[in-house]
Amino acid sequence: MYVPTEYPWAENESLGHYLERRGVSRRDFLTFCGSMATMLGLGELATPRIARALQAQKRPTVIWLQLQECTGCVESVLRTSEPTIGDLVLDVVSLDYQHTLMAGAGTAVEKALADSMAKNKGEYLLVVTGSVPLNDGGIYCTIAGRTAKDIVEEAAKGAKAIIAIGACAHWGSVQAARPNPTGAVGISQVIKDKPLVNIAGCPPIGDVVTATIVHYLTFNRLPAVDYDARPLFAYGARIHDQCPRRANFDAGQFVEGFDDEAARKGWCLYHVGCKGPATYSPCPIFLWNTRTSWPIGAGHPCIGCTERNFWDTMTPFYGRLPNVAGFPVERTADTIGAALAVGAAAGVAAHAIATGVHQVRERRKLPVIETPSQGEGGGHGSH
Amino acid sequence: MAATRIVVDPISRIEGHLRIEAQAENGRITNAWASSTQFRGIEIIMQGRDPRDAWAFTQRICGVCTVVHAVASCRAVEDALDITIPPNANLIRNLIHGMQFVQDHVMHFYHLHALDWVDVVSALSADPAGTARIARSVSPWPNNSESYFREVQNRLKTFVSGGQLGIFTNGYWGHPAYKLPPEVNLLAVAHYLEALDWQRDVIRLHTIFGGKNPHPNFLVGGMASAINLEDTATINAERLTDIHDMIKRAQRFVNEVYWPDLVAIAGFYKDWAAIGGGTGNYLAVGEFPDGDVRDVDTLYFPRGIILNKDLSKVVPYDQNQVKEFINSAWYEYSKGDDAGLHPFEGETKAKYTGPPTPWTYLQGEKKYSWMKAPRYDGRPMEVGPLARMLVAYAAGHTEVRQMVKTVLDTLNVGPAALFSTLGRTAARGMETVLLARRLQVWYDKLVDRIRNGDVRTFNNEHWDPAKWPAKSQGYGYLDAPRGALGHWVQIEDQKISRYQCVVPSTWNCSPRDGQGVPGPYEAALMDHHPLVDPERPIEILRTIHSFDPCMACGVHVLDATGKLITQVQVQ
Repeated sequence: MYVPTEYPWAENESLGHYLERRGVSRRDFLTFCGSMATMLGLGELATPRIARALQAQKRPTVIWLQLQECTGCVESVLRTSEPTIGDLVLDVVSLDYQHTLMAGAGTAVEKALADSMAKNKGEYLLVVTGSVPLNDGGIYCTIAGRTAKDIVEEAAKGAKAIIAIGACAHWGSVQAARPNPTGAVGISQVIKDKPLVNIAGCPPIGDVVTATIVHYLTFNRLPAVDYDARPLFAYGARIHDQCPRRANFDAGQFVEGFDDEAARKGWCLYHVGCKGPATYSPCPIFLWNTRTSWPIGAGHPCIGCTERNFWDTMTPFYGRLPNVAGFPVERTADTIGAALAVGAAAGVAAHAIATGVHQVRERRKLPVIETPSQGEGGGHGSH
Repeated sequence: MAATRIVVDPISRIEGHLRIEAQAENGRITNAWASSTQFRGIEIIMQGRDPRDAWAFTQRICGVCTVVHAVASCRAVEDALDITIPPNANLIRNLIHGMQFVQDHVMHFYHLHALDWVDVVSALSADPAGTARIARSVSPWPNNSESYFREVQNRLKTFVSGGQLGIFTNGYWGHPAYKLPPEVNLLAVAHYLEALDWQRDVIRLHTIFGGKNPHPNFLVGGMASAINLEDTATINAERLTDIHDMIKRAQRFVNEVYWPDLVAIAGFYKDWAAIGGGTGNYLAVGEFPDGDVRDVDTLYFPRGIILNKDLSKVVPYDQNQVKEFINSAWYEYSKGDDAGLHPFEGETKAKYTGPPTPWTYLQGEKKYSWMKAPRYDGRPMEVGPLARMLVAYAAGHTEVRQMVKTVLDTLNVGPAALFSTLGRTAARGMETVLLARRLQVWYDKLVDRIRNGDVRTFNNEHWDPAKWPAKSQGYGYLDAPRGALGHWVQIEDQKISRYQCVVPSTWNCSPRDGQGVPGPYEAALMDHHPLVDPERPIEILRTIHSFDPCMACGVHVLDATGKLITQVQVQ
């Protein structure tokens, strides 16, 4: 996350020169680019491309709006785990507006926002956390006396691209749960004419935000996304298929009640409500908080927080998937998981079915903002 | 000279959306209004849900104090269903909540509050050797060297000369209210940066027990993180050692960086010990049970009320005395605007009656906030670290009394200094020191229990809804980093029929009640409060930030009939 006074990156300085001045070795830099290439699912061969693009990058301006939200997503970004250069990439953007951290208040910061939007028109990256309440003229969230809707519409006009961080900006999250008293919606429901990605989750892992910004700086466009505008590098895999407890599922080894003998052996949480079979998320791969653990790793079922409408479609959280509306395919998975004899092979088949369900849905394609100067294409929009 | 009308919106470096309006005359604030400008309606959303899911919904009220609503919700449901959680689960919750306090208070001090007192630009002209001398005189922290501070200063110079100030753009640098010498400013800037790294390490305690932070997972009846020393996927010796090391690192940073910095900075701002007191009534519901949460005698921070700054007695707290009023809030009651309703009878119709957006002024409006006005026996109450320390002090809490005495002696001020903006900030530091110490006690107890063969973390007796009574209700209290919190739940036919929260920032950011009595923010801003330059209202930020506002927490709604009726009238 942004560290205001540490290792500033001058306005017209290339990242390559900047890193050199900061004393980051070429080797460390390439290691970082390699880990980013892996995280982005591009393979090691993409490392030189990332390195070249990042080195030539000029300090980009970021404007961060916080709308109807709980600030958990900001906190999550503050916990990004890449200890050196990963932070750096976020640290060194020119973060011209950010409620939680900025020094001034009131008219002073509103002026800073207006100045930055004017100066960097058409060039800045707009980051949004929080939803937009539309009911009753948008009166349920106002900042500086203006509605969230007015503010985000104005800021989006001059933005080059939008990163919507967290379930609120994605689709409205908890305030949009039935009966959605304030008419809360995600950013993509208000802004329809800009490239946008949804960093899904309540909150998402901060590292996904880092990687998305690295991708943007490297290729001058947002990463390829799934049908719900979620980056494939993070949300392309089902938790169920990446879960260390998958072997227990396939073997029919289930926790039947919290803190039972099976729980104390770390068996599968499917029978106590795990939504991993219906959830696309990087949790088991990236892990949380400097790769310390993740929800299933700490013995609690996944609640499906990266999926749209999860507060209604994934509840009751402790209900077993077949009893939850919306996932008939998991009836099959459930049957199969219990059948020891055919466990492994059939589990894979069930996985294929679930993946297919996702793939047949409409995919959203994003326009390319700009061809990278090196003339190299990214793995964009092909899914 | 006529009063100048002032609007500060947004108030930055807080959680959520807060607007302060004021009037000032001859360098003093004469009147103030606090408006919460966000509304989400989470309690309405709770109705008809499985009560075992409530912790996750209410947790999303706030992502900064990310565990407090979850724990309060579990306690409310456990109270309704008569569940006693195993001692290990209580210790784990104390560890999680205790670390939340420590991490949150340190981040508040450096990242949300410090820039009210610390002039970043002034640090450019500091002598790093002088900074190192000052730092070494108050702390053995290993980074207290001249070369370290020089390096931080050099980075700062490059940053400022680069012209892109980012979040420091249009700060109030050079304001005459900044009193620190350049060397102390440099010290604070260096630790602002160090604290960013520190916080992401120690908060991993949440990840081990709850799977992630923000928003770790909880469980009605206990905790889901099973203990088994013989398994790789559970709480085992490796995980416990990691936790122990985090506790040690938390203690060290608090004792060698945060607390010495706070005391050093406070020494330059003693005039703020006579500013910003305000309401004078303080409420603590108490926190950190050592057994069943309903046995309030075991709480580490005791429960009670201080009235009119009288530290000679602690008034007992009775949750039946809590009522909420809407005279100044954009809601209507079936019994009219002057009624006060207890949370178990609460009702809400959102009814916006303010001016159309964009607003110019809300002052002069009868209603001006989405925050209701909670009152205890008719009185506004300040909640938070100062309330907890005052109640504990008055109740004779040994550690708190020692801590308070040390601070007052060090700063050479009397007990009246506590009722102030500076008192609030100092109290937050005091309880952080005490809780960092306390974490070790809970850790040792947990390890002792495991050593003696008790690994239970969950009570499954009432997990099955078929065993629940047809109707039940429960009260879950919790004293959160920002103050007294209450969740009230009513359960009917296995579903939530009513849910209500009264939250720290609802108490503190309360608007005026029917008698025109202002809430704690407002009263504090009207208590001997300077405002030198209305264009650069740094003094307002000092006092408001001393409360550590958490606005998303503060606004909540409930409808008695289970359905939302919203009427908006834009005049």
